[in-house]
Amino acid sequence: MSRDFEFEKPIIELEARLNELQSISENGKIDLSKEINAIAEKINTLKEEIYTELEPWQVTQVARHIDRPSTLDLIKFLSHDDFVELHGDRLYSDDSAIVAGPGKIGEHKVMFIGHQKGHDTEENIFRNFGMPHPEGYRKALRMMKMADRFNLPVVIFIDTPGAFPGIGAEERGQSEAIARNLAEMSQIGVPILCFVTGEGGSGGALAISVGDRIFMFEYSVYSVISAEGCAAILWNDPLKSQEAAKALKMRAQNLKELGIIDEILTEPLGGAHRNPAQFADTIRQTVEKYLPPLLKLSREELLEQRYSKFRSMGKFSCEEEL
Amino acid sequence: MGWFDKLTRPRRDVPSDLWKKCTKCGEVLLIKDLAKNLYLCNKCDHHLRMPLWDRIALLTDDNSFVELDREMKSVDPLEFIDSKSYPERLAIAVNKTDVFEAVTCGRGANNQSPILLAVMNFEFMGGSMGSVVGEKITRLLELGVEEKTPVIVVSASGGARMQEGILSLMQMAKTSAAIQKMNVAKVPFFSILTDPTSGGVSASFASLGDVNIAEPGAYIGFAGPRVIEQTIRQKLPEGFQRAEFLLEHGMIDAVVHRRVLKNTLAKLIKLFGS
Repeated sequence: MSRDFEFEKPIIELEARLNELQSISENGKIDLSKEINAIAEKINTLKEEIYTELEPWQVTQVARHIDRPSTLDLIKFLSHDDFVELHGDRLYSDDSAIVAGPGKIGEHKVMFIGHQKGHDTEENIFRNFGMPHPEGYRKALRMMKMADRFNLPVVIFIDTPGAFPGIGAEERGQSEAIARNLAEMSQIGVPILCFVTGEGGSGGALAISVGDRIFMFEYSVYSVISAEGCAAILWNDPLKSQEAAKALKMRAQNLKELGIIDEILTEPLGGAHRNPAQFADTIRQTVEKYLPPLLKLSREELLEQRYSKFRSMGKFSCEEEL
Repeated sequence: MGWFDKLTRPRRDVPSDLWKKCTKCGEVLLIKDLAKNLYLCNKCDHHLRMPLWDRIALLTDDNSFVELDREMKSVDPLEFIDSKSYPERLAIAVNKTDVFEAVTCGRGANNQSPILLAVMNFEFMGGSMGSVVGEKITRLLELGVEEKTPVIVVSASGGARMQEGILSLMQMAKTSAAIQKMNVAKVPFFSILTDPTSGGVSASFASLGDVNIAEPGAYIGFAGPRVIEQTIRQKLPEGFQRAEFLLEHGMIDAVVHRRVLKNTLAKLIKLFGS
């Protein structure tokens, strides 16, 4: 699996040149600091230029970058040693595509839940590429109910290609598991903050995304269907993913305009994979900004606001003419 | 096909709008007989897809149905275009079905008990759920909570409507939250799953009935069979994702024959009613 994108080639070439110059300079023969500084500056300009001009399909690729910080990476940055991972749905098994457990963000005790992808093939096979089975959603719901009992706000990281399409998943009720979460999350009496950190893949993402506030990172995507899936169905051609990605309006900016998300979160220059610590820090700041006002609400107010939030989503007309 | 093939192609004696082939046994069935026989194959009893108004007639007492939110129409929030634009696709669907959207909602009576009924129409863009379908079903459920009237939703859908993107996805959360209100208010919600019920509809309100009832042989599933086959690279077992398979795996309460569906609902409404 390549870690580099075609559109990043100019950056990567310059980075190689920079390394070369640095090693020459370190050998102490010539002073190249001027050249080095010039190239470093050029790299930053290029990153900025390339990343502001990304096409939706390219953003999808960044969102799926194998080095993009995963849920467990983020929890490590945010919670250090306080996090305790808890396993299992108490019904069938433990789904490694969803991780969960209590921990801390700053002074706030929270329940973490998130999809979990891997950073290499082996890990990805173990994590089923972040595609949960019903037991993953049932584990997530168990954790949310527990969070409600012990008064822990829930912080959720969304990063999945979608719910797993397989025989066992269907036998054990993938539909029911997703539907149940959608219904029950509307009645979880503690604040729920959702961060789309990478890929928000359809129902598999939504099943843990019924929150009081929903945030999307700059280069994340959130969509009703994957660009490839949409291209295969509507264009009859999986290679039309670029067009489908554009048509589906799956970027943070689009979702903000459609009234689905609350805020777009800025990423480190050149994408989250270049600076996971900074990415995690943005999450910490966002939690510290949005959580205290939500904690002041009564349970009834909180649930009423959450219901209204999703109740108002959708666009239609009621004019009485053809 | 070239002009020569067109000229030499054999002509059918019966125009195709007068007959239909049973999708299971291949028997040729006349539409006028089918309508009288509740769209059941008279040879193998297969449950064919039932048109909207026949379905409403099946489940409500004569002349009791009054439609709600009939005028609600889709808009084109994403300005979505594939080979056709979304407004074009909507216009074709309206023309074909004589309704404005993929769900028809209303009040009615079932064996004299008041009910609120929503029937999805697979003929309208594959019964897909966009903002209007989500809104109409949510309004019906909220009305059910307010009036303490049982709600019945008959699903037939390929899932969320791609042309409304993320807004379609959010209808799953919206309708499911409304069902949670029904649960809290202790008003019964009956989900009838007909052929086919899949994707975002099966993964939201259709799976959340106090009682989930499926029609015999109905296809019901989250992921489509082709997607599953491509993912796991193996053939799917016989009867996979059919109503009987779901019954066996504990996902639905009963598989009920169309002839007794109305009375089964009537019994449940009376047993669950105050």
